[in-house]
This record gives sequence, structure tokens and C-alpha cells, in this order.
Amino acid sequence: MPPGILTLAADKAELSPADTGFMLIATALVMVMTPALAFFYGGMVRVKSVLNMLMMSFISLGLVTVLWVLYGFSLAFGTDHGSVIGFSGDYVGLSGIGLTELWDGYTIPVYVFAAFQLMFAVLTPALISGALADRVKFTAWALFVVLWATVVYFPVAHWVWGAGGWLFELGVIDFAGGTAVHINAGAAALGVIFVVGKRIGFKKDPMRPHSLPLVMLGAGLLWFGWFGFNAGSWLGNGDGVGAVAFVNTQVATGAAMLGWLAYEKLRHGSFTTLGAASGAVAGLVAITPACGSVSPLGSIAIGVIAGVLCAMAVGLKYKFGYDDSLDVVGVHLVGGVVGSLLVGFFATGGVQSDAKGLFYGGGLAQLGKQSVGVVCVLLYSLVVSYVLAKVIDLVMGFRISEDEELAGVDQAAHAETAYDYGGTGGGTALARTAAPASGPAPASGDAPAQEGAGGTAPASQAGSSAQAQGGTPGKAKKVDA
Amino acid sequence: MKLITAVIKPHRLDEVKEALQAFGVHGLTVTEASGYGRQRGHTEVYRGAEYTVDLVPKIRIEVLVEDADAEQLLEVVVKAARTGKIGDGKVWSVPVDEAVRVRTGERGPDAL
Repeated sequence: MPPGILTLAADKAELSPADTGFMLIATALVMVMTPALAFFYGGMVRVKSVLNMLMMSFISLGLVTVLWVLYGFSLAFGTDHGSVIGFSGDYVGLSGIGLTELWDGYTIPVYVFAAFQLMFAVLTPALISGALADRVKFTAWALFVVLWATVVYFPVAHWVWGAGGWLFELGVIDFAGGTAVHINAGAAALGVIFVVGKRIGFKKDPMRPHSLPLVMLGAGLLWFGWFGFNAGSWLGNGDGVGAVAFVNTQVATGAAMLGWLAYEKLRHGSFTTLGAASGAVAGLVAITPACGSVSPLGSIAIGVIAGVLCAMAVGLKYKFGYDDSLDVVGVHLVGGVVGSLLVGFFATGGVQSDAKGLFYGGGLAQLGKQSVGVVCVLLYSLVVSYVLAKVIDLVMGFRISEDEELAGVDQAAHAETAYDYGGTGGGTALARTAAPASGPAPASGDAPAQEGAGGTAPASQAGSSAQAQGGTPGKAKKVDA
Repeated sequence: MKLITAVIKPHRLDEVKEALQAFGVHGLTVTEASGYGRQRGHTEVYRGAEYTVDLVPKIRIEVLVEDADAEQLLEVVVKAARTGKIGDGKVWSVPVDEAVRVRTGERGPDAL
């Protein structure tokens, strides 16, 4: 996001209907990324916790949206205070913003910019949830989202994108969120995992994805929404940089998918579906900071490098023994770091800014700045997220109980199950037998006998209680008699 | 009487069913099952993590027959279920003491 790197003279900006319309569409595209992420993650978990995985992303649409209106936009993009945080009274509650007031010399209303940035703020905490599959309390997670957005995301967004933010002033290039979104979320995931711990059965039980088609659907929708994320980040300025960002997004993502698949084929022997989806996401992450400052050929290089490195990185959790369940660290942290640093090599100059990377005669200067951005955001997010998670753990407990985890967090947290495959399993067939009210089997003649045995309880309850106690047909029959 | 049990590949069910009908078997029970033989299951890879999937889908067929037919029926099932590849399954027979037709109360061979 480049509010200060303007090509338009601030005092001459007029509201552009075209830019405004484009940005509203881009905003809607970024919104889609959160449910897309939910499906990307949801497909990768086991059947017993898919709803929780979807909800951990989805809840961010509610929580962060409200926070953003109350104070988030003000903290991130309000008037700078000491280069570390923003605040503008007019932005609190979005109360003092005029309908036609333009954003910081751009051609779009402040409301449009606020809505666009809101979608980034919604997505970023949702990204963290992939590391916590199957095992955390939903209330603890919701509290974490509120605290993390307030203490980590809003300030870091200000550092990186806010006028006066210290990383922005330093000249760190983060076009659409390599540091503020992906490194930030990936490092936070690592911090929380250290508090929450591993899933029961990690490295022992098979925890295969329950639906790779859902993963593919989610990855495809993420890719689609990412065009709004990246191309929209030039805020509709009609000077072609947004179009370059769009092209680079497509190119790097395709290249990263190929890179990941090639690595997999060589290393494990198969081109997997999960690898294709993961490689695409790794490419999207890596090109995010770079898409406004590199060429399409540079994007191919960034994509391939990110695809291969992220494919290698996802194995680290088994080596080091931390349970980053759905590889938030391996894909978002590593992908974000790779993309942010590669800006220092591949920036061509004269696109988003005049900064040139090492390969374009710019020396090491930009690489140095990128490194500062990477390290500072990584460490801040890691440490603060760890502390926040620790506090939540001490106050209310971050994890669900062992019993609940084994039975599935969906039942424990949401009183729901995702799928009802009626009749395919032995358990389901038994349940039917034991619940006479739902089937035609017990003729009317049987009903009085059941009422006699079960007291005043309805027949279906008597049947299901027999099922719950032991579940054998024999027991169910005793109730009948 | 004998109980013939066959655990076969799911896609051979129709062939076996037809062969049994052609032989004159009146009824059978089919169950979805899972298991493995000497070759075990297969391996799947997710982001580099390998999972061994031991239990592969199978179909279990059970038929009650008279002693005299048992040997021949084994052959019929084997012939219908065979693909010649690994994992074709197994068929076995065990003696049965008694059988009762629930509707009429007939016993023994009459109940079949």
C-alpha cells in the first residue's frame, strides 16, 4: 500500500467514478478471500473439526469489522503519532468522514479506502487459525482475534502503510501485505503454537485432509480474490502499476504452483492436488509485497523460488516437533519472508518506486531495508502473539479438553457436525434401528410396549438412550421388551 | 449346512452375485467391509507427510448352503471374483449347526 508514493498531485485529485467503482469491486474480491481461506483450511482438517475451521475464519468477518469501525481504521491510518501508531478522532466510529472526502490525495473516497483496508484486517487474523486446527476453544480464539488485531495488526499496518509509519518512512516496500499480512500472521501462528501445543496424536495418528476438492475450491477462490488484494492496492490510480501488479500476481502464482509440484515429484514421486493448491497460495503470498516493483520475468523467478522453498519448509514442523497444523508458518511466514527479501533482488525501479534491487543495479540498499522490515515485524508479532496467547491461556484456558478434542471440536464448540452420511456406516444404521420414531420399522403395535418400558419418555428418546448406553441392538431390544 | 463367506473386491460384486444366482442360490447377505491381506494397503502423501492406508474397501458376501453344494459354490465364487491381481480377496466355508426361517419357523435345509 503506497499512500505516500504518489504520482498524482495531492491538491489536484478529484473523485474518479472509475477508480471508485474499481476499488469497490476490488474490496469485494478481498472480502471473498476470507471465506475462501476458510474452505482452503476446512478441507485440510478431519471431518470432526471442519466446521470449527470454517468458523475460525468466518468469525473474523464479524469481530474485526466491528473493531475496524470502532477504532481499527483510526489506529492504522489515522494521523501518525511517533511513527508507531495512528489516531484520528474523525475516524473513530467512522464518524467524521464526509461522503465525498478523498483519501490522502487519491481519487477515491475515504470510505472506500477504509472498506478496502478493512478486508485486509479481517483476513490477517483468519490466516493464523490454520495453525490451531482441532484443538482450541472458540471463545479463546475469538478473544485472541480481538486482542491481536488491536495490539498487533493495527499498529503493524500503520508502520508499513500509514503515512508517517516508521517502516514506511524507512522505504520498506510492501505493496499489498507481505510483511503486514503474511509475515505478521505466520509469526503470530508460531507464537500461539508455542502456548497451545500439539494436537493429540501429532506425528502418530494419520490426520489426512478430509476433502481435497474443498481445498482446491478454497485455493481457487483465494487466487481470484487476490487480484483485488494486489491490483487493488494501487488504489485505482490509472498509471498502469495496478495492471502490472495484476499480471505479476497471475504469473508468480502459476510459477509457484509449478515449482512446488516439481519439488514434490522429485522428492516424493507424485504431483499432488494439495501440492498444487499449496504452491499457488505460496506464490500469491510471495508476490504480494513484490507485485508492484518487479517485472513478469522476475515474478516467474519469485514464484518458482517461493514454491520450492515453501514446499521444503512445510516439513520443518515434523523435524522440530511443533504442530503448525495447516502450515501457516511454512506457507505464509516463509512465503512472506521470501517475497519481501526478493524485492531487494528483483525490484526494477520506476514502477511502484524508484528503488532498484541487487539484480538491477541498486546494490544492497533495498535488500537491507527489506530485511529490517522482515525481522522487525516477525519478532514483534511472534513475541506479542506469544504473550497474548499465554495470558488467554492463564485466564480461561486456550485449549479444549482432551475428551472434546478426541470427539471433535465441532461438537464441543458448535453443537454441530458437518456431514450426515445417512446409512453408509454401521453406527448410523444402528442409530436408525434404535430410534423407532424416525423409521417405519416399529408398527403401531410396538409403541405401547416401548412406552411401558421407557416410562413417559418418547419412543425415540428411549431408543437413543439405549444407543448411548451401549449401543448394541441387544440393548435396544431390551427396551422394546 | 455350510456358511460360505467371501471377502472380495467391490467391483466384482455384480459378477459374483450373478454367478450365485445362476448356480441357484436364493439369498445372500452383502456387507461393506474394509481390510487388508498380505500386500497391505497403500501409501498417500500430503505435503510431504506419508500416510500408510492399511484398510482398503472390500465387500463381504455371506451365503448359507447345503453341505453338498458347498465345495462347488466355493469354486463358483472364486471364479467370479478373480481378477488375477493382488487384493482379490478370500473365500471360506464353516459348518453351521442350525438355520431357522424367521417367517415360518422351518429349520435346517428347508430354511435355506
